[in-house]
Amino acid sequence: MKRLRAWLLRLAGMLPNDRRERELADEIASHLQLHIDDNLQAGMSDEQARRKAILKLGGVESTKEAYRERRSIPLLENLLRDVRFAIRQLRKNLGFTSTAILMLGLGMCASVAIFAFVDAALIKPLPYRDPNRLVGVYETSGSLCPQCPLSYPDYLDWKRLNTVFSSLDVYEHTGFILSTASGAQAARGARVSDGFFRTLGVTPVLGRDFRKGEDLLSAPRTVLLSYAAWRRRYGGKQNVLGQVVTLNGLPNIIIGVLPREFHFAPAEPSDFWTTLHASSECDLRRSCHSLEGVGRLEDGLSPQTALANVTAIARNLEKQYPGSNRDQGANLMPLTEAIIGHIRPILLVLLSGAGLLLLIASVNVASLLLVRSESRKREIAVRSALGAGRARLICQFVTEGLVLVVSGSALGLASAYWAMQLLTRLIPEDMLASMPYLHGLSLNPRVLAFAGGIALLAAILFSVTPTLHFSLPEMREGLAEGSRGSSGSAWRRFGSKLVVLELATAMVLLVGAGLLGKSLYRLLHVDIGFQSDHLATLYVAAPQSSFTKDEQILALERQVVERISSLPGVKSVGISSDLPVHGWGDTTWFRLLGRPWHGEHNDTPERDVSSDYFATLGAKLVRGRYFAEDEDASKPRVAIINQAMARQYFPGEDPIGKNIGDTDLSPKSIREIVGIVEDIKEGPLDTANRSVLYFPFNQSPENNFNVVVRTSQAEQAAFPMVAATIHQINPAIVTTDEKTMSGIINDSPSAYLHRSSAWLVGGFAFLALLLGVIGLYGVVAYSVSQRTREIGVRMALGAQNSSVYRLILGEAGWLTAVGVVIGLACSVAAADLMRGLLFGVRSWDLPTLGAVATVLGLSALLASYIPARRAASLNPVDALRAE
Amino acid sequence: MGTKADVWQGTLALMVLKTIETLGPLHGYGIARRIEQTSGNLLSLNYGTLYPALLKLEQEGSIASEWGVSENNRKAKFYRLTRSGRKQLEREARDWEQTTAILARFLKSAGDPA
Repeated sequence: MKRLRAWLLRLAGMLPNDRRERELADEIASHLQLHIDDNLQAGMSDEQARRKAILKLGGVESTKEAYRERRSIPLLENLLRDVRFAIRQLRKNLGFTSTAILMLGLGMCASVAIFAFVDAALIKPLPYRDPNRLVGVYETSGSLCPQCPLSYPDYLDWKRLNTVFSSLDVYEHTGFILSTASGAQAARGARVSDGFFRTLGVTPVLGRDFRKGEDLLSAPRTVLLSYAAWRRRYGGKQNVLGQVVTLNGLPNIIIGVLPREFHFAPAEPSDFWTTLHASSECDLRRSCHSLEGVGRLEDGLSPQTALANVTAIARNLEKQYPGSNRDQGANLMPLTEAIIGHIRPILLVLLSGAGLLLLIASVNVASLLLVRSESRKREIAVRSALGAGRARLICQFVTEGLVLVVSGSALGLASAYWAMQLLTRLIPEDMLASMPYLHGLSLNPRVLAFAGGIALLAAILFSVTPTLHFSLPEMREGLAEGSRGSSGSAWRRFGSKLVVLELATAMVLLVGAGLLGKSLYRLLHVDIGFQSDHLATLYVAAPQSSFTKDEQILALERQVVERISSLPGVKSVGISSDLPVHGWGDTTWFRLLGRPWHGEHNDTPERDVSSDYFATLGAKLVRGRYFAEDEDASKPRVAIINQAMARQYFPGEDPIGKNIGDTDLSPKSIREIVGIVEDIKEGPLDTANRSVLYFPFNQSPENNFNVVVRTSQAEQAAFPMVAATIHQINPAIVTTDEKTMSGIINDSPSAYLHRSSAWLVGGFAFLALLLGVIGLYGVVAYSVSQRTREIGVRMALGAQNSSVYRLILGEAGWLTAVGVVIGLACSVAAADLMRGLLFGVRSWDLPTLGAVATVLGLSALLASYIPARRAASLNPVDALRAE
Repeated sequence: MGTKADVWQGTLALMVLKTIETLGPLHGYGIARRIEQTSGNLLSLNYGTLYPALLKLEQEGSIASEWGVSENNRKAKFYRLTRSGRKQLEREARDWEQTTAILARFLKSAGDPA
């Protein structure tokens, strides 16, 4: 307590205060007077009395000094003085100072903002208990599908037979029709097995978790709300527990609310978490794979052991149920990997990009500091001649470096905060919803520590650089050398080489950006097999309770097509069970009639489409015909295949007229192939085409389907009309996911990830180019200013303008060439590291490398031309006089 | 012991506090003189060193000061003991006595050839 009080008082004592100073003088004077009085009484002379008193005191000034030191904190006071001096020095050269602070701030901003994303996605542990013990559990289907969902019967067997998981649960991300006071609404949610949240180690903040057995058909239906849904839909009220929410026409009792920080990316966004209540045709069929698994490994068990165990189980099931389980294996993957694995490479590339930008920025500032300390040689020499010790001088430079770093960091942190907000806002809503971990984005202690680390490194770099050539002999030389203006040796040795590093780094970033940009271009121009413009799509869900029979759905589908077709501007309307560019999922097994078969599963994506679907998409028919509108269950069953399928299964044959069926060739499943369509990209843009089967929607109607509308007007304008038309048919029908086909393509995960990384790395590269070129300009301009005399002499001796140009441009050209060559080598290596992100372009793409080298070379030429011109236009007489 | 002993670190504060306790509010010069006299002139004190020590005690709240007038009508700053200063004095005096007692006993027994 006492100590603290004393320190606070001393801290306050640092403020200048005249009164205290006067009081001190008064007290010392009074002390002397009292002593002199005593001395006089003892019979001394005036002179002697005063002398004795001062002597006994130990000197007036030294007493005052000792007193002052106790009054405040001398070390801090010195530092403050240095800081004040540093700020004065920096303010004297505002151009230099603001450039340095801006550059550092820029580098800091980029790397801290990107690091915050890295932290939120990759570093921050997932909000589950012991997340490293959790694994994603998948079935495999041959080699085609390494991470496929499980079927419900398989899940039950795996759960019962495994000896490696302390618990194994499943989930399915799904959509619900939510009945509200204002009518039917679409809602997102998930179905999970009863122990799902216990496996994750998540406890509801309100109410209770699902009980054991609560996911069985016999149990009453219960639902947990996500925290966000609880706030949004129920105003965060405590009395939600026990309320009933109607999902898909069935009442569910709300039993709890999940924690605010809970998220589960594979099933997000999700408002309602219900239990399985397995009852659908798919749930009960062993060959219908719809559930993804998550298991908690038993303590001390390795994932390999676990995999061996489930693989053995899968193999047994294969023997037991050859019809459904042939070639069905097992696969495990750390849950963390399953959730953030796909985003890691991109984030790491971005972080590297930001890091390189920071490197260039720091090198630039460091070389500026070096130049500055060169030109301050005289000042240093004078100060050291006046008695400033080496340590004191270095201390001064360190302080200056610190002032720069502190201001730059403050600027960088503030702008990083802003950049984080901006970048998050730039992410499309759907994307953000599927990356819920990004909500944890903040300037948390980890991010601040990262920024602190950068600041520390920068502080070391910036305080060491200017003191590099601090040796006493040189300082004295500085005084003697004075205005001779020969460029410093430290500069010649080291400074100009820094620019090579900058140019090489800029090259790496430029090549990275070029390759990513080219990948994006290739990706967006991939042949998708249809015309994506002027297509509006939306998802229609008709309640199962009122649409029980196929005839009802068919009638609905016909009405939907008919009514929408008659809307103004609508050219045609198609229906499909799945939209293109979404995924290669939703597969079926088939068998070719009249071919040898050994029980293998020919697994291929299957879509149920209306007669006008292909025409609406603008797909191209290769041979045969499209479906006819009246081809329903009463007509012979038919199918259309894509080219990939024709190539794969009918090489050298005409598939038209051939028959396919299910694995049992049950008579009801036999279909005749009536047409071949050009490959439509059903899956992500960056995947290769696969064989695809199309069946008539009218022969296998489903009460959920996508509507695709080709309009002659803007797609957005069509949505309200289309949705209203469907609701007119039946208000209980829910429409959702109103998207344009171009939007789907542009915002598809692969396109989005490519685009965001291309833009960000492009931005970094542009800044890096700018900084690198400014750096080169600085080097050349400085060298010209140092060589003014030499150039003057040369010109006086008859050198032509052109030879001066050659002199200066030669130096710059040499530095650029070395930078470009080193950069090329590093670029190819760097591009190789990120080849996983590249699409349709090789890591050593010659046009990109060539273009980048040209851009860099031209920019460098321009940057050095300006000082070269200044040198060539020197008047030799002025130059010789130059001091 | 021909030479005068310097005032060693730490004990000066105790001496100052004790002096003020004995004599009541007192100015710096008076404190310095008193310390020298009490030590039987064995201690040599540079009067100047007293002032930072006084400042430290004041910062720690053990003493307080105000300007006043001395016996021979000179303006001077007078220091008085605060309550916390009194406690500090008691505590430190006790500690010091204990230390010296232990040391004395130790020296005595170590000198005994028993």
